[in-house]
Amino acid sequence: MTTLLTWLVEPLQQEFMVRALLVSTLVSCVCGLLSCYMTLKGWALMGDAVSHAVMPGVVIAYALNLPFAVGAFVFGVGSVALIGFIKQMTRIKEDTVIGLVFTGFFALGLTLISKVRSSLDLSHILFGNVLGISSSDILQTVLISLLVLTVLLVLRKDLLLFCFDPTHARSIGLHTGVLHYLLLSMLSLAAVAGLQTVGIILVVAMLVTPGATAYLLTDRFDRMVWLSILSAVLSSVVGIYWSYWMDASTAGCIVLVQTLLFLLCFLLAPRHGLLAQRRRSPRASRFPSA
Amino acid sequence: MPSRLPHPSANERISVRHLCVDYHGVVAVHDASLHLDAGSICALVGMNGAGKSTLFKALMGFVRPTAGSIAINGLPLHQARRARAVAYVPQTESVDWNFPVNVHEVVMMGRYGAMNLLRIPRPLDREAVREALDRVDLWPLRHRQIGALSGGQRKRAFLARALAQGASVMLLDEPFNGVDIRTEKLMIELFEQFRLEGRTLMISTHDLSHVTGFCDQVVLINKTVLAYGETASVFTSENLALTFGGLRLEAESATAMDPDPQAP
Repeated sequence: MTTLLTWLVEPLQQEFMVRALLVSTLVSCVCGLLSCYMTLKGWALMGDAVSHAVMPGVVIAYALNLPFAVGAFVFGVGSVALIGFIKQMTRIKEDTVIGLVFTGFFALGLTLISKVRSSLDLSHILFGNVLGISSSDILQTVLISLLVLTVLLVLRKDLLLFCFDPTHARSIGLHTGVLHYLLLSMLSLAAVAGLQTVGIILVVAMLVTPGATAYLLTDRFDRMVWLSILSAVLSSVVGIYWSYWMDASTAGCIVLVQTLLFLLCFLLAPRHGLLAQRRRSPRASRFPSA
Repeated sequence: MPSRLPHPSANERISVRHLCVDYHGVVAVHDASLHLDAGSICALVGMNGAGKSTLFKALMGFVRPTAGSIAINGLPLHQARRARAVAYVPQTESVDWNFPVNVHEVVMMGRYGAMNLLRIPRPLDREAVREALDRVDLWPLRHRQIGALSGGQRKRAFLARALAQGASVMLLDEPFNGVDIRTEKLMIELFEQFRLEGRTLMISTHDLSHVTGFCDQVVLINKTVLAYGETASVFTSENLALTFGGLRLEAESATAMDPDPQAP
């Protein structure tokens, strides 16, 4: 008991640990909420694309001494607009366009960072640096998070309807085009917040895994949101402790815990888990519809 | 409910005049005109690619006509949309039945356009949803996730949404696809009630037996409206031959020969 207590309390005497825990809890709330929409809309690849495409924006912003969030936002939204534009103007399929655009942006970021002098460390962008996060980065992350949370909470029903049945949404006068780009903008911002904790490479996990985990556990959207946030926060906290005591990569530990939580639910979820389906299948064949 | 439906002066629900729609220079619909009065059930008959879905899209205001005009209840489309006059009932295949929403939430989505920004239901909205669910006998199942409904219940849930929306025009995309005969009867009963209330239903179908069964109006379409009006006068073998591009189908025998694919 006492060992568990020391295991939990000792890291909290380090200021950087407290900061890391607080920042990643906030970021997890944002990404957990957004990941519900990403899961239901099937936008995992889009999340991956946007998170990679923000890189040149971050590099340029640092070089010009602008807030990194501004640069990231411009390039995130820019990549999405470019994807939409190319898809519309050519016959190339969407997943091909996504793959094409985000790697181009990412390559630009990589080239810039090797040429532009700045205090920016490549590995921090790629893999996150939540244990060494600076005060100005914290401020920006908090502001971004509050903005995204507010927008998603205010428009949560419209966005849900947009994901479920865009035709109906449009027929009753909702501006689905606006909702589409708004959700993508929120995705860009959440990606920027997320890369503070786990970096560009793994941020897509923050934007997808919690929602997918929660989707296995419930058939109600409200519960899905809470479960998703809970699993995201839990993963971040456990992951950070784990990385502290094992002296292992923080981003790796956080995403690993997320993945383990998903696998646990994949096996044991009460209705949609593998074991529950196995148990049900002999009966299911006798009663085809519920 | 019927009293809440707008009654245009000319009793005209749908008016399409000389409508042309292009997709990137490819003509989808050319010079199409039709008029439907309040309180009718209209079959929209045509081959795949004849422009049925383009016409639906145009009636919902999703595509910009290159020429011509559309009025619903005597109003231009953008005003009709604000009045939530047009409801679209999707094909069963195009709905994600695993989506984490229950029946009540789906029907409530019909009310969103009328609610405040946060979409918090008022007593009025709850009452409309309850009334709609009662009418399609789904109130006891309102807490079910939509995927846990039977085929017929799924259809009725989306009809309830159109009712809750208070729509005077309902566009139904292949409503009888994959539906058993009992459900089909139930749906037709509902459709006939809707007609009595002054609603106008447009049903896209390729099952010709429905046309003479309960549709009082027919619109035949093949890139343009070939003919429209009373079923008795429009649904002739000559017109059908035009609609199906020279493929001769006897209107009378079509009724007789078309057994329900779902029937045992």
